[in-house]
Amino acid sequence: MKHAPVNEPLLLVRDAVVARGGERLLDRVEVSVHRGETVTVVGPNGAGKTTLLRVAMGLIVPDAGTVQRQPGLRIGYVPQHFSLDVTLPLTVARWLSLSSKATAAEREAAMTEVGAHGLDGRALQELSGGELRRVLLARALMRRPDLLVLDEPVQGVDMAGQADLYDLIARAAAARGAGVLMVSHELHFVMATTDRVVCLNRHVCCEGAPESVGKHPEYLALFGGLPPGVAVYTHHHDHAHAASGAVVPLAHDHHHPHGH
Amino acid sequence: MYDFLWRALAGGVGVALVAGPVGSLILWRRMVVFGSALSHSALLGVVLGLALGIGVTAGAILVCFAVALLFVALRRDPRVSDDAVLGIVAHAALALGLVLLVYVSDVSTELLGFLFGDILAVAAADLWWIWGGGAVVLGVLAFIWRPLLAMTVHEELAAVEGVPVAAVRLAFLFAVALVTAVALKIVGALLIISLLIIPAATARRLTRTPEAMAVAASAIGVVAVLAGLGASLLWDAPASPAIVLAAALMFAIGVAVPAFKSRGVPAPR
Repeated sequence: MKHAPVNEPLLLVRDAVVARGGERLLDRVEVSVHRGETVTVVGPNGAGKTTLLRVAMGLIVPDAGTVQRQPGLRIGYVPQHFSLDVTLPLTVARWLSLSSKATAAEREAAMTEVGAHGLDGRALQELSGGELRRVLLARALMRRPDLLVLDEPVQGVDMAGQADLYDLIARAAAARGAGVLMVSHELHFVMATTDRVVCLNRHVCCEGAPESVGKHPEYLALFGGLPPGVAVYTHHHDHAHAASGAVVPLAHDHHHPHGH
Repeated sequence: MYDFLWRALAGGVGVALVAGPVGSLILWRRMVVFGSALSHSALLGVVLGLALGIGVTAGAILVCFAVALLFVALRRDPRVSDDAVLGIVAHAALALGLVLLVYVSDVSTELLGFLFGDILAVAAADLWWIWGGGAVVLGVLAFIWRPLLAMTVHEELAAVEGVPVAAVRLAFLFAVALVTAVALKIVGALLIISLLIIPAATARRLTRTPEAMAVAASAIGVVAVLAGLGASLLWDAPASPAIVLAAALMFAIGVAVPAFKSRGVPAPR
């Protein structure tokens, strides 16, 4: 992807309709992601979030509507579900080298970047939820993606780890100038690192900057406001966590606000 | 003298070598039900082969390919459960094969051979099928090995990364169908799946990479063939079931020995 104009979106989904058995899983959904932009899709269970990602990546052809991806767009995908049979003997390192042109040094760099250093020799099935998310992210980054597509990227990760992982994603995307299309169940966690929020409930309920979507009546109708007395999570980072849980210093300066 | 024994050995070893990697992939991809459906349907292929006069192996290949295509069609429809339909197809095909066999063959002498294998009756032409078909299957697997492994770990991820998943999946299904069809003569329609998955399951406990598991499964299958033929020679046991029994015995030993050992020192993970 060398000659694409700067202001042209990496990805543009327009009026996408996906129907299954007479029911519309997606109803004329529109979403776009530009280079360097982070778009977060929020919505209740069954809202069609994963279906939208599948349409965006070309895994499903929509029944109506169009999907435009920039020619040669490289996507790094982190799927939500990952279930591998225990009978397959496969280490992290071997899996990362399968169908990848990245060198061992690049693999090493990606694993270090996501704080998954030292997991190389482990069997894929033995990884904890957080370790698996980091390894999946490393694999996505090794592809030198133009666009990261992340489906619930912090699933199975504890609360403190979730904030770390969202920060990690934001830093990794920024370092590469990549766009991010992400599904998240929790708007408040991703507010600081998201440029635009799409609230999806089979159709796009509302869309915009995180602060405005959080106040939108349709969003509040779906998710409700925060119960009184619950503070929005804030987190000041002067360190990061490796996959082992060890505290490691941040790789570079990092002072973005986490207020809401 | 003992020509039949050498042919049995060549046929059995040929099937066991191919069954190693194919059986491993069937386990990894959780396709045991599909494998069973294929092997049961192979009996219908026997009938087709006899009726058309094209030979039982060619008939079995045709029917197994048809079941593979059916499997592809089923996966397109999210409303049906693969396992349920494949189970129904498998036994319907088996029953239909049994019924129709009466009209094309002298059932009393041949049925047992088709159901449970007749490795001692392997003919020179069967060996061509087994070694020729086996070479094709191993060639195809070598060609699609890495993308197929990537798909086995996560199919959508592999698709996003550029693996032509539909083509690779179809190639693999045809490979399984071909192995099943040529193995019919050796272990019979009811036992093919066991020769595919028991050595692979045994090999799992001994290996740490996919390739090592596939090779070890082949080796274990070869040992099972030798042991089964030996038992047949020494004790007059029916050879094909004895092969499966030998494989099952090795699996049991593989489970029991580490468990026994681990009572002393913790087994390495």
